[in-house]
Amino acid sequence: MSAVQKKLLGIVVVVAAAGVLIGFYIADILMASPRALRPTTPGPNGSLNLTIQTVAAAGPTLTTNPSWVSYFVQDASKRWRHSTIWDLPAHTLVHVTIYQFDGDSGLRNPFMAKVRGTVGNVMRVDGKSMNVLNPDDASHTFAVPQIGLIVPLMGVADDAKNQCDFGPCSLSTAHKTITFTFRTPRKGRYRWQCFVPCAAGFLAGFGGPMQTLGYMDGFLNVT
Amino acid sequence: MRRLGHFERIIVLWLVLSAISMTLVAIFLTPILPPSTDATQASGQRFDNEVLTLVSVFVCALIFVYFGYVLIVFRARDPRASTEGPPIRGHMGAQLTWIVATTVTVLFLAAFGSYELLGGAGGGQGSKPVFTSFSAADRGAHKGDPPLQVQVIGQQWQFTYRYVSNGGFESAQFVLPVDRLVELHVTSLDVIHSFWIPVLGVKADANPGFDNIAYVTPTKVRTVHIQCAELCGLFHGYMFDTGRIVSDSDFAAFVRRQSRFVSPVTKDLPKYGGKYLPEPAFRAG
Repeated sequence: MSAVQKKLLGIVVVVAAAGVLIGFYIADILMASPRALRPTTPGPNGSLNLTIQTVAAAGPTLTTNPSWVSYFVQDASKRWRHSTIWDLPAHTLVHVTIYQFDGDSGLRNPFMAKVRGTVGNVMRVDGKSMNVLNPDDASHTFAVPQIGLIVPLMGVADDAKNQCDFGPCSLSTAHKTITFTFRTPRKGRYRWQCFVPCAAGFLAGFGGPMQTLGYMDGFLNVT
Repeated sequence: MRRLGHFERIIVLWLVLSAISMTLVAIFLTPILPPSTDATQASGQRFDNEVLTLVSVFVCALIFVYFGYVLIVFRARDPRASTEGPPIRGHMGAQLTWIVATTVTVLFLAAFGSYELLGGAGGGQGSKPVFTSFSAADRGAHKGDPPLQVQVIGQQWQFTYRYVSNGGFESAQFVLPVDRLVELHVTSLDVIHSFWIPVLGVKADANPGFDNIAYVTPTKVRTVHIQCAELCGLFHGYMFDTGRIVSDSDFAAFVRRQSRFVSPVTKDLPKYGGKYLPEPAFRAG
């Protein structure tokens, strides 16, 4: 093999290797997705408990967009985690507790103020049973449209004392406690989302955290 | 008996192949062409697809026959022969035939397509529909009744439905009675969506602050798949739904049950007015 041929072969090998590496890099970016979490703890009679919180600003501790509105979820060891993709078993009752620390901004579609898809089509707000919320009082929703589940989340009053600055928030700060129970559907991947245009500073309130997994949208991986 | 020339043979072969292939297509393919016959609008669209398919087969048959004929008849029989063929010169008759035939075909398809669209064809017609002179088939079994009005509200990322002719309640369920003309008022609360029921031949853009009206007359009790056909954000791919076409009595039962269930929130809905603009219209943050 002549020196020129060796040089050409070397160039071809280097270019091919670079192409493969670039291909892996692009594939990694395209296929990247937040990791799923199994955030539930055992409840009575085979049911599960799921504890989550909604905050006005995600904060710098667990997120890369500290000013974005966000959900957090509590893992089995009671630590707050920044994840919205959760693994849940099929056909299981899940008792959900949501600590809601954000103020109200109102629903764009008042119809979403009706509680649907929970056991009894009701929720409890600070212990009080409700089946509908004043649409103006909604701060967020927890909704899984594919199974007809929607729970509007009442906002903290604007003049409430000791409000949380950024998440994950402590229960010692002003909040609403919303509880409800729903039954997981059959095996599948179900998206969940917020219906309140709560992304402050984004077009029509529906950019940024509303369009990014890990903040106001996620998946239930029902297995 | 005079032997047929090349042109005549091609014509004969074309007509024979067309007769065979169009018959086979009519028997086996046209019955499964989309969208369906489960709405009068869908039936009209299928008829259009049938006509266009048969015209395509007729044209394709000519192309296949022509190429097949020249490849076989004018092939080089002696592979060792290397002499060039005679020079090709213009032929006014062939050129005129080609220009006239293709022009007539294209004009026919344009005229046919335009005529078929005149009835609305299940598409959104804007806020002031022009094509509202419905046939007896379009009016279904409720010929004397006005169209049933249903508002379709797109929002990131779900369609909800307001039953305007039935008290104005809103529901997440899409249920329509069979054999009844339905007037769909399609709008959006945020970005542009598109309300599409492929099997019923209905497709209308949902624009914020705009009332886009489409008509459909379902003719069969069944479930229908609904999806958004306009890229509308993160969960566009999940913006689908299953609707139901039901009998009159089942529809009445749905209205009773659903209007009672959602009654606590119906009083909070904005007054119906073609558009769906709650105040403030664009809440954000």
